[in-house]
Amino acid sequence: MANVMEIYQLLPKTNCKECGKSTCMAFAVDLLARKVSVDDCPPLVNDAKYKAGYEKLSEMIAPVSGVTDTGLIVHEDKCIGCGNCVVACPVNVANDPLGAGSGKAPTSDKVIFKVEDGVVKARNVQECRRFGENRILCVACIDTCPTKAIEFV
Amino acid sequence: MSEYYVCTGCALLCDDIEVETENSKIKTVHAACRKGVARMKGCSDPLECTVDSENADIDFAIAKAAEILREAENPLIFGHGNSSSEAQKLSIGLAKKVGAYLDDTSSFCQGPVIEAILQDKLKTCTLDDIRHKADVIIFWGADPSNSHPRHLSRYSYFPRGKERQRGWEEDRTAICVDVRKSETAVICGDNRFYQIPMGGDAEFMDALLSALSSKVPKTSFGFDAKRILELANVLKKAKFGVICVGLGLIYSLEDLEPLFRLMDKLNEVSDFNLMPMVGQYNMRGFNHNLYEEAGYINRVKFNSETADAEHGPDFSVVEALRNKTVDAALVIGSDPLSSLPLSVSRYLAEIPLITIDPCRNLTSSKAKVTIPCALGGVESGGTAVRMDGVEVELKKILDTENLPDAEILRKITEAI
Repeated sequence: MANVMEIYQLLPKTNCKECGKSTCMAFAVDLLARKVSVDDCPPLVNDAKYKAGYEKLSEMIAPVSGVTDTGLIVHEDKCIGCGNCVVACPVNVANDPLGAGSGKAPTSDKVIFKVEDGVVKARNVQECRRFGENRILCVACIDTCPTKAIEFV
Repeated sequence: MSEYYVCTGCALLCDDIEVETENSKIKTVHAACRKGVARMKGCSDPLECTVDSENADIDFAIAKAAEILREAENPLIFGHGNSSSEAQKLSIGLAKKVGAYLDDTSSFCQGPVIEAILQDKLKTCTLDDIRHKADVIIFWGADPSNSHPRHLSRYSYFPRGKERQRGWEEDRTAICVDVRKSETAVICGDNRFYQIPMGGDAEFMDALLSALSSKVPKTSFGFDAKRILELANVLKKAKFGVICVGLGLIYSLEDLEPLFRLMDKLNEVSDFNLMPMVGQYNMRGFNHNLYEEAGYINRVKFNSETADAEHGPDFSVVEALRNKTVDAALVIGSDPLSSLPLSVSRYLAEIPLITIDPCRNLTSSKAKVTIPCALGGVESGGTAVRMDGVEVELKKILDTENLPDAEILRKITEAI
């Protein structure tokens, strides 16, 4: 997953403010959080000398469609439906120990991940450990994904 | 939607699949991986019933197929990996009747390992044993994340089992030995990934053997001896270990001796089992059925009069085609023109060729007779043997006009 410094390095770093942000670093932070898109930086789009940076950033920052409340994105084009996240997710295990927790298809409606048509679908995201008052930085689904199809923004 | 079906996408035969159907088509598949979904949703390009590239009715095509097999002196019957056990048994019967060369994909796949398992030369276990007990899992020359996407999540690494209640985080160690950093290697982590040069498997096994005997391991490719010793320590401490053998390992070994030596040593110092990573859903079933019938797992030629089987490398599909010793071929649920080198498989286009398959493929495009059959596990039921040797019952999900492959083979046998 991209970090803010990596993104910043690819920006023009001129603090031109054309995007409406006060600095390029502020733009990088918003870009990481998917609040703005790569195309919102006019020099990056229009100036030929930033072309390489633009292309790399566009690749790095995948489209924001399908972002859930916890910032969870499943890149459906990358997902192979292996179900590693379904079995590894601690919430899935707690809510469905004999189904998802034991490697089988989920048998409960309270699970966060379910594989449908060969692609993992996120639901009940309010149950995710990254959400709510006692949130923690859980990475069980990201670490176990062989194709890096799951991302938090 | 409460009934569970079996996925026939690979030899894992996942039996927890739910499907939603609409207008006699599968609309949604639950829990199956992308590979399984692609199989269960059926062909994008279904095969048509043809004789000499012209549409024909099924009875005429079957009669024509029987005629080709009857007139051939040395026909070849090949495929079987994607057929039910019932069809495979009928195919063996047909081969006996016409005195055919009989082979399947295990001939250039997991054959040697399955033969050793059936002859009790290698210790094996079931996938459920792995889920409940395994604490050290080695993926050697295998990348299940691509070949068997649910292997890690359903059985080998992530799930909790009876003796492995804490699952992958604390109770299990996954190790990958491969020539490249595969997606499975990424999951195992850099510390548990052993990258070896191509063809270096036998040498790495012997180095590991030295390390297990508390000697200094040496390899000609200069692998860090400390890391091999570290690996040997992990293996020694294993309570229930598994080596998942992939094609990468089998293609690299000239014979299985290094694997036998390593397994013997591992079973001296701890408890280790071997799991062949079989690809097609019922390839192991064919090996079992033929072993029961003829005492060999593949590469046989039947004598049409005595029904005795001869066995040897010359009767393999590759050698039979390379030496042009066959004069007609029946291919069931396989695509040798795509999977074998063209220099070998080109000969198939020169001889009368019959294909039985649900979908069009390169082989069927060169066939004299093509007979469409029902898609196994979706449009027809039957039994199949999982990669670990457990028999699984397949259920029919959809109705189809196409006959199951077993029925087609029965009719061809009767017509001869």
